[in-house]
Order: sequence, then C-alpha cells, then structure tokens
Amino acid sequence: MISEGAVWAIFFLPVVALAVNALVVSPFFNHRPGIAAVVIVATLGAALALSVWTLVSVIDNGTHFFGEYTWLTFIGMEIRFGLMVDSLTAIMLVVVTAVSLMVQVYSHGYMKGDPGYVRYFAYMSLFSAAMIGLVIAENIIQLFVMWELVGLGSYLLIGFWTHRPSAAAAAKKAFLVTRIGDFGFLLAILYLFFNRAAFMEQGLDPLSIADIQAAAPLVTSGAMAALGGLGLTWVALGIFAGAAGKSAQFPLHVWLPDAMEGPTPVSALIHAATMVAAGVFLVARFFPVFEASTEAMAVVALVGAFTALFAASMGLVMKDIKRVLAYSTISQLGYMMAALGIGAYGAAIFHLFTHAFFKALLFLGAGSVNHATGTFDMRYMGGLRKIMPWTYGLMMVGSLSLVGIFPFAGFWSKDEILGYAWKGGSLVDTAVFWLLAVSVAMTAFYTFRMMYMTFHGQFRGGVEAEEKEQDIPAEESHGGKVHLAESPWVMVAPMAVLGVGAVVGGYFVNPQAWLFGIPVHWFSEFVVPPVVEHGKVLPLNSVLAAVTTIVALGFIGLATAMYVKGKRAGPGVERAVEPVRRTVEGKYYFDELYEDKLVSKGFYGKFGGFLEWFDQQVVDSIVDAAGWISRNLGWAFGRLQSGQAQFYGVGITTGIVAILVAYLVWG
Amino acid sequence: MNEFDGILTAVVFLPLAGAILLLVFARTDRWVRLTALGVALADFALAALVFLRYEVDSNDRFQLLDRFEWISTEVFTAQYQLGVDGLSAPLVLLTGLLGLCAVLASWSIKMRVKEYFVWLLVLQTAVMGVFVSLDFLLFFLFWELELIPMYFLISIWGSGRKEYSAMKFLVFTFLGSAFMLVSILALFLADGGAQLDMIGWAESGADLALTVIPISVVFWFFFVAFAVKLPLLPVHTWLPDAHTDAPTAVSMMLAGVLLKMGGYGLLRITVGMFPDMTIDYALILTVLAVVTILYAAVVTLRQTDLKRLIAYSSVSHMGLVVLGIGAVGMAAGTYSNLGLTGAAMQLFTHGTITGLLFLCVGVLYERTHTRYIPDLGGLAQRMPFLAVAFVIAGLASLGLPGLSGFVSEILVFLGAFKAFPWLTAFGAFGIVIAAGYILWMLQRALFGPTRERFAHVTPSNWVERIPMALLIISIVVVGVYPSLLTDVFNAGLASLPAMTGG
Repeated sequence: MISEGAVWAIFFLPVVALAVNALVVSPFFNHRPGIAAVVIVATLGAALALSVWTLVSVIDNGTHFFGEYTWLTFIGMEIRFGLMVDSLTAIMLVVVTAVSLMVQVYSHGYMKGDPGYVRYFAYMSLFSAAMIGLVIAENIIQLFVMWELVGLGSYLLIGFWTHRPSAAAAAKKAFLVTRIGDFGFLLAILYLFFNRAAFMEQGLDPLSIADIQAAAPLVTSGAMAALGGLGLTWVALGIFAGAAGKSAQFPLHVWLPDAMEGPTPVSALIHAATMVAAGVFLVARFFPVFEASTEAMAVVALVGAFTALFAASMGLVMKDIKRVLAYSTISQLGYMMAALGIGAYGAAIFHLFTHAFFKALLFLGAGSVNHATGTFDMRYMGGLRKIMPWTYGLMMVGSLSLVGIFPFAGFWSKDEILGYAWKGGSLVDTAVFWLLAVSVAMTAFYTFRMMYMTFHGQFRGGVEAEEKEQDIPAEESHGGKVHLAESPWVMVAPMAVLGVGAVVGGYFVNPQAWLFGIPVHWFSEFVVPPVVEHGKVLPLNSVLAAVTTIVALGFIGLATAMYVKGKRAGPGVERAVEPVRRTVEGKYYFDELYEDKLVSKGFYGKFGGFLEWFDQQVVDSIVDAAGWISRNLGWAFGRLQSGQAQFYGVGITTGIVAILVAYLVWG
Repeated sequence: MNEFDGILTAVVFLPLAGAILLLVFARTDRWVRLTALGVALADFALAALVFLRYEVDSNDRFQLLDRFEWISTEVFTAQYQLGVDGLSAPLVLLTGLLGLCAVLASWSIKMRVKEYFVWLLVLQTAVMGVFVSLDFLLFFLFWELELIPMYFLISIWGSGRKEYSAMKFLVFTFLGSAFMLVSILALFLADGGAQLDMIGWAESGADLALTVIPISVVFWFFFVAFAVKLPLLPVHTWLPDAHTDAPTAVSMMLAGVLLKMGGYGLLRITVGMFPDMTIDYALILTVLAVVTILYAAVVTLRQTDLKRLIAYSSVSHMGLVVLGIGAVGMAAGTYSNLGLTGAAMQLFTHGTITGLLFLCVGVLYERTHTRYIPDLGGLAQRMPFLAVAFVIAGLASLGLPGLSGFVSEILVFLGAFKAFPWLTAFGAFGIVIAAGYILWMLQRALFGPTRERFAHVTPSNWVERIPMALLIISIVVVGVYPSLLTDVFNAGLASLPAMTGG
C-alpha cells in the first residue's frame, strides 16, 4: 500500500522543480538552460513512477484517504486540506504525469534556443503541479485552489511569448472566459456551504468531496431536505459551469482555439491532453450530485453532444493545423461530457484516457511539422510525407485513433460512448446518439483533410511563402524558418511513446474479451467508483461499431477525393454552400458577438461609459459643488485668521475640541 | 489601573521621535534617507514583535496595555490607553511593513528631502496610533493627526492637480470626522456609559446607551466617518484624485493603511460597539457594499491612467470589507464570524497587494514618465523583475488562489452568502470584472512588442526590489498558509459582543 508521503511527493516533485527553476536555475544558471529541462524531466519521471505505484495500490486496496491539515480556521469550523485517491485520481495521475513527461522531453528539442527556455520549464512545472494537486484534492476549496492555479499555468503558457500581442490577448481571453465558468463553480461551493447545517446533521462536512458525494443519495432519499427540490440541480449546474469553462464547452468554447498562440508543446499538454480534461474530471468527481438530478444530467448530455457537433463543423474549414486540432479537442471533450450526461461514466473516462495520448501525439506532430516548415498554415505545407516519414507515420496513428478506426485506441472508447447512447432509450439519449454520430463523420473528414493538406501533394513553400502572401506584421511573426527535415530524435521519441499509447491504450486496458490475464472491461469497471450508480459497462455493440466505422471510412474517402484527387463539386454546389462556409469559417461569429458586441460595445462601451460619466459628472460634481461652497466659507474664515485658507477645516475642529475641553474642565 | 508595557508606546512614537531627530540633526539628504530607513526598520521590528507577543489563547482580550490617566477632572477623565487585540495586532504589523516599504520607495525623492521624510514618519505615527488607541479622545487625535502629513505630502510632492486633490482629501475626511466627533460626544454624554473608554464600550456594547441623540444616529454618524475613509459609494470620489496625484510612497500608505483605518473603525466601533444596530442595518450595509463592488469595478475597467485604475479597484475591493460585515445580518452565530474574519483579512491582504501595485506603478513611472496605459506596452522585456512583481500583484488582486487576496475573498463570500445569498452572488461577480481589468491592464502595460521610446528604460534596482520582494513574500505566505493571520483575527473578533450573542 502506498504511503501518504509518496502521494504528496507526486505533487511536490514538480513544485520543487518550479522552485529550483525559478529561484536557482533562472537567476544563476541561465547560461546553462539545459539544467531546467533535466530538473523537470527527472522530477516528473519520479512522479510518474510514484503515480504508477499509486495506481497499483488503488487497484489492490481501493480508495485511499490521507491525513487532513488545517488550512484555515474560523470559529466552529475549519477548512482542511487532505488527499483523496480513488480509481479516478489514480488514472488521472498516470495520464497527467506520463503525458507531461513526454511533452517535457519533446520541449527540450522544440524550445531549444528560445530566450525564455528556463521560464518555460518553470511554468510547465507550475502547471504540472497544479494539475496533480487538482486530482488528489480531498476538499472542494482545495480543489478550487488547484483549479485556478491550472488556469494560471495556462495563462502564463499561452501568453508565453509576451512580445506578441496576439499571445497576450489570447492568454487574457482564456483566463477570462474560464473565470466566467469558475464564477458558477464558486457559487456552487457557496451554496454547499450555505447548507452547512444540513450536512452537519448527517455528520458530514459540506466542503469535503467524499462527504458531498455521500450526501447526494441522502438528498434523493429525503434525509437531507434542505438540498431537496432543485438544490442539487443548482450545485450540479454551478459545477458544470466551471467544467464547461475549462473544457471549452459551448458557449464558453471561444478561448481554446485562440489558446494555440502558446508554444506547441503547451497546446499538446494543456489544451489537449490534461488541462481541458480537468472539466471532465470535475463532473466525474461530483458525479453522484449530477446523478441525483435528471435536469442537470440532461443539460450536461445535450451541451456536450451539441458541442461535439458544433466544434467538429468548425474543424472542417480551418486553415491552421493547430486550430483544426483545437476544434477537434473541443469536439472530443463534448463526447466525454455527453457520455457523462447519459450516465456512461466509465466510457467517458476511458475516452479521456485514450484521447490524452492520441491528441497529445497529434499536437506534438503539428509542432514537428512547424519545426520543418516554420508555419502552421496548412495552405503552405504539403508534400511532407517523404521528408518527415516518422512524423507522418505517427500522426497517421494519431489520426486513425481520433477518427476511431479499428483497432486504434479511439475506436474502443468512442464506440463505447456511442453504444451507451444507442442502448439508452430516452429522448436525450437518442439526441446525443445522433449528434455524436454526425460528428463521427465530420471528424473523419477534417482529420484526413488535415493529413492530406499537410503531408500529401507538393510542398507549397512554408513560412516563406506565407509571409510573402499574407503580409504578416513583424511583431506577430513566429520567427520560424523553412528547413525541411525530420525533427530530431528528442522530439520524435516522445511522439513514438505516445503513439504506442494511441495504439494499445484502447483494447489492452479495456479488452472486450479475455486478454493475457487482463479482465474483460477492466478499465471501465475499475474507474467507476462505488458511489456512482450508473456507468455500468456494456459489451461492445459490434454492429454499431461496424456501421460507424463504415461511415468514418466513407468520409475519409470523401476527403481523399477532394484533397488528394482534387475533385471538386460543381460550381452550383459551391455557390450554394458559400454562405454556410463563410459562417462556419467565421466561427459562427461568436468572437464578434462576445468580444465586439457584448463586451466592447455593450458592457465596456455603453454600460461602463455611462457609469464613468455618472461618476465624473454626477457624483463628483455634487462633491465639487459642496466643496466650492465650503471653500468659500473657508476663505471667509481664512481672511479672519491668517489667510491660510487650506487650514480652515483643521482650525474649525481644533476650535471645537478646545471649546469642549474648556467647557468640561472649567464648566 | 495603571499599566505600562511600553512596546506600543514605542511602536507609535518611534517614527515621531525619528522625525524630530531628522529635523534637528540630519544635514545631508543621504543621512536623512538612512536615518528614516533605520527608524522604519526599527519600527517594523517593533511591530513584528507586537504581533508575535500577542497571545491568541490568552483570556485577556486587550494585551500589551499602556495606560494611565491623562486628563483628569471631576467631570472628565481621559486615559492614555493603548492596547492590541487580535484585530489590531495584524494591522500594526501591516503598518510597520508598509512604512518600511514606503521609505524604500521614496529613495528617489530629490526635492525637499528632509521635510518629506519627516512628514512620512509623522504619518506612520498617526496611523499606528489609530490602530492601538483604546480611548476615544486619543483615537480621534490620531485620526485627525494623519491629515496634516497627508495634506503636505500630496500637495507638495504630488503631481498633476495636486493642490486640488490634497484639498479634496482633506475636506472629505474632515466631513467624516465631524460626524464622528458628534458621535463620540454623544457617547461621552451618555448616561452611565463608559465615557471615552473604548474598552468599556467594547465590553458593554453601546447599543442600549441612553444618549442625547438617538443611538441609531450615533451609529450612522460613526458609519459615515468610516465609509468616507474606506471609501464606500457615494463618498469615494476623493480617492482616485488623491491616489493619482500623490507620490508613489504616499499612494502606498494611502491604499495600504489609511483606507484600513476606515475598515478598522467599522469593525472596532460599528460592529464592536453597536452589534445589534449592525445586525438591524445589515441589509443596507450589504446593498451598499454590493453596489460599491460592482460600480467601482466597472468604472475601473474604463480607466486609462495606471494609478487611477488601481485606485478605483481599491474602492471595489474595499466594498468586500463591508460585504463581510453585512454578514452579521444573519444574527449572532458562527457564520457571522466568518464574514468578519474575511473583512479583517481583506484589510491586511488588500494593504499588501495594493501597496505592491502602487509600488510597481511608481517604479515604472520613474522610467517611462507616463502612466497613460495606451502609451505603455512591451515593458516586460525591459524590466523583467518588475513585470514578475506586477503580475503577481495583479493576480493577487484578482483573487488568484495561493496568493493572499483569495483567502479574504473566499471568507467574505462564504460568510455573506449565508446571510444574503442573492446579493452576495451579484457581488461575487466582481471577481470576473476584476480579472478583466487587471489582465487587460497587464496586457497593455507590460506585454506586446518593445516600443522604440522605451529603449532606454533600465531594469529596476535593488532599492526598488527589496520592498517588492518583501510584499511578494507576505502575499505568498499569507496565501499559502492563511492560518497565521486568521487565527489572530479570529481571537480578536470572537470576543466582539455580536459574536457572543450580546
């Protein structure tokens, strides 16, 4: 059995890496930046080993709870921080440390020569620590703290190249949009605490996660009437607001595509594999609360399924390879949310697990392509298949996994979700099934469109052609150069490791039939904690799997026809779809709606402008008028005294006090 | 009843003694600065000692007492009475810390150096005096004493419309003081009361005292005085002007400790002596607080001058103090303490955070000679240390967990939500707007490409970095382990009559 210290060490190892990089390496060893990478790789390697040990321990012994430490006291109540290590935590720990480790190794190559190299690894350590802290938290405030620190990590890393205005703007946008969601999360916490008395009656703590999980069935059974009615629905929706912000679910999805302004390994780690998964983790963590509310479950399911389709549609037309992947991420997170919403807990986490590997791989691949071409715009790529065979092969593995082609990892997890939706008979289940099914087709198309535009055909000039044609301002330049060659092994090797994960991460952890002693459906059975009622495991629906595979293959074929064979629909069709295409390329104008109409013109312009005017012209004018009167009075007094008008006030009070004291003493 | 520990007298009057020393002996500017620094360091050490010597578990509510009869006649006794409880001990520490940082932040003052430091030290004596006085006459004297150095510091060493701003500050505070004076007189003349003895009033509560004017008027007059100082809407407009035109160190003191006098007064006097009244009017206080938080936050968003922006953000954040106080509205019980702990914590955390923000702006202004945000940009590359400090201060200000601002915010919200859930939910939206104005400010001032005109800008020097580092340390330590402070504040707040059902 794992000890408490070992679990804390998983968290503190990257904290140590942060401290060493920020306080020792950065000021004193900036001429030897490689030390920073060594520090973080060593600590994360150790953290990964401990995470695996934790996983083994949880498999053998079930959930661990470890000591609680008082963080804050107030009369009659304490906020205590502790550790809760259940199967979900154990899986997340392994995913986070493993993907993070690979990304750090890759970064060592990708970030070589960047003047902010040490700073980069300091931020990465902070981010890894926060993410680990998030999944081991036992207290909801503790979780919230780590949740926000994850947001901080992403703010710092998206805005890493501070000299680029677009990066600074994207960082701010990410933080702000997620904070709107966090506002809902905060209200949920406040509401839980508001009902503290009801928790106390049951001997529970309203801020302890395990106790909140335990309270949900009590509310359903009527033992905790205070939270009855819509009470739990409010809590669940508040938590979901936070989750939707971080997992970029509609309508808070707008920040994630812009977040691609950060260095590419950052995108791989936090905007694909782990941080955005935090939202899914959060819903899973409080799943008993969601289960207790049909309404909340329906909201999660429909928002997730809609997001899956909505984001996939935008992926169809993006020209930037990272943006295609970003919309793909939003779409895949929608799958996970939808799965949770229809009760497929095990399938959702299984998909989170497989997605972490293949999406990190795809992003690292995009970075590798960028390393060679200096650009992210697919219109200036092409023909890289022969030049970068490793990158091509590995990205193909990731793509097939993303599309869900047998036998890659994504196939197993995606079909588990679809099967669950198909099996459930309710209206919500049916809606979710069809939304997700259409997204499967879109996913197949945009993924292979991306692969073909990047790797097939002729090379179209890379960054040099892009800068010539697009007239990019100097401060926005990535500073990349074209040097067509395969990336160094330090970048390819981590991709290869993730590639292995994208192949075996599916069947081998969650087999449909007996496999070398791994029990059938091991992953799904293991990851669903006993407090969760739903989320039972279904056998693979092979007919359904076959149908979705055929659909996916059909759309891959369409992409092949259009982007390899160069077939185009007739001009009539193109003209007919033109407005649709423009709307989708304009991202349905959500950025304009939020940033321009609502925030800039509405909130900042109209409302803020009015309040500022009110403050200056009304409130302050009254004050100035009053001031004018008293100043003139003061002047009159001042003439009587010494002419020191400024001190009329001091004089008056001194006078009053003096008269008073005199009266009291002699009067 | 005479007791004399001496440490509080020392912590209060050491800066004044230092000021006199400067006036009499100091010859060169260099010696003036070093002497002022020595005095500020010693006073900080004493303040830290006060904080450490305060015993949380002791049965004595007020500790380290210095008291003897000061003025004694047949009708009138005024005590020289200094003491600390859990509420004032951390504020003494805060004043010592910011006093030290302010002296360091004033290193580059070139004009009339001796006078400047004399006034700065006098200011510190006045503020320290307010926090430890336990007699109304003494309290009021210190409260008024603070105006004189502030007036000169702004009107002589300030910038922009400095005379106007200094005057405005004076008039506003004065107006508040006039109200307070009436209330103090009313309490003094009350039948069978404790006269000027604040300890006596704190123990008995002033709610039921029979005074010459209705007790609710006494309550509101006190409230107005403190609301002006805090400041609360609609009497806040002096603050942006005073901040914008004051020199850096004075802005730090103003935001860091002078506003806290208002919050301290609210906790010590309105809540501490009028618990029932506070509970009765809690709804009004909460509405005022929420309006202040949101209104000031939106106006902050519109500001284009760095100092004005931070000044308005201070107004918004001080609204949180009153929101926490409004939490007593759910009647005496354990939750109300939570809101009050949050309010008291907010005084401390906002003091360090805003002090750091103003310090950063000062260091930046020294080099760029502009605070107009659209003219700034790209400074992170020229001044990396400043950028780190500024970002930390900004993040703390928007309530990022792990830094101290979050602790007070979450405590205020947890407490206030219990009393007024809907209003608190509205108020909590302030954290979203705060993230907006802070991040937007950082983006425009620090990030983006380096500008040609800032090519000559030099990184911060060590004299500037030390106070930044001190404030960062306090922000991080309190953020990571807030029990250091909450335990002390709790000890002070737990004995308020409101908390014991009085």
